[in-house]
Amino acid sequence: MARDFSLNRREAVKALLVDRGDLLVVTGLGSSSYDVFDAGEHPGNFYLWGAMGGAAMVGLGLALAQPKRPVAIVTGDGEQLMGIGSLLTIAVKKPGNLTIVVLDNGHFGETGMQISHTGLGARLDVIATGAGLRSVTEITEMKDITDFRHKLQSIGDGPRLARIRIASGHLERALPPRDGVFLKNRFRENLGLPVT
Amino acid sequence: MDDVAIKDDARIGQGWPFQIYKTLKEFGVAQISYVPDAGHSQLIELSHDDRAIQTTVLTTEEEGVALSTGAWLGGDRAVLLMQSSGVGNCVNMFSLAASCRLPFLTLVTMRGEWAEFNPWQIPMGKATSQALEIMGVTVLRLDRPEDAEEVVSAACSLAFESDQQVAVLISQRMLGRKKWTETR
Repeated sequence: MARDFSLNRREAVKALLVDRGDLLVVTGLGSSSYDVFDAGEHPGNFYLWGAMGGAAMVGLGLALAQPKRPVAIVTGDGEQLMGIGSLLTIAVKKPGNLTIVVLDNGHFGETGMQISHTGLGARLDVIATGAGLRSVTEITEMKDITDFRHKLQSIGDGPRLARIRIASGHLERALPPRDGVFLKNRFRENLGLPVT
Repeated sequence: MDDVAIKDDARIGQGWPFQIYKTLKEFGVAQISYVPDAGHSQLIELSHDDRAIQTTVLTTEEEGVALSTGAWLGGDRAVLLMQSSGVGNCVNMFSLAASCRLPFLTLVTMRGEWAEFNPWQIPMGKATSQALEIMGVTVLRLDRPEDAEEVVSAACSLAFESDQQVAVLISQRMLGRKKWTETR
């Protein structure tokens, strides 16, 4: 059953972000934000608490503004599905420093565990390839994460998408700060930008 | 060479799209995203020709709201170009700019308000201003070509210097009647 939705999402994200270096991270609303927060609070994290479907595009705007920094979006299948067109927009813009990580449990986890389109058979990896993303990786085991992790540091051969198949079991919530102005100012300050 | 487009394109000359482009440059706009509209076509062309501006074509308008957010987080000023029909697509995404008190500027070419031929454009055209205002976006009108620089400059100041969300609605009257038949 290794190819099923089986990885522990917290362990997977923690393994992904260990030794993150210069990496800037944008998270999609819901459990993905909790996972990244639980992996280690960082001023280079920008957590979305709303704007469903927007995480990948926030990541693109950031990647274009900071071409020398690697940027990762960590989001869920439901959030990415709502912004599915952004895969096309990112693919044609070709930001070399951008990676989209989709934590795919095949469910809408925040809202009662309804089965999502990926749980019903839609193939995000095929969609991403069809959109024209340069690199698409399927991750089903923890050792795959260790193999993939170094690609997050690359600023030259993106955009990449990694689909990590995670289990859909209940986990204790880990809640990052919710004040958008605080998160914005902290993020900009960390980049040495004026905070006015 | 970001000035090439200014010098070489006599066709675009000193029209209002060029005035808007020049004003955006003066305010240091570094990213422009768009869902195409005939009324924005010259500005889109100028943007694509300018290597100092990252120009991004979108599949739907709300992508541009999120893109502008990321741009600002990374230190870039961004502008979203769209038609009035796209404003409705953006409503929930405007939460980003409001929640984070982010500068946001969109330039919206109007449909459904002046000599409109297509009745399907009317409902969203009539609701455009209200759809922006209910989400806290300040609405400015650009009704005369000679006001382009002044209005866009005011909008840039409000957005980028006062952290406001601002839309400039460009009158359909400025865009002229859409030609639906080759001979009439």
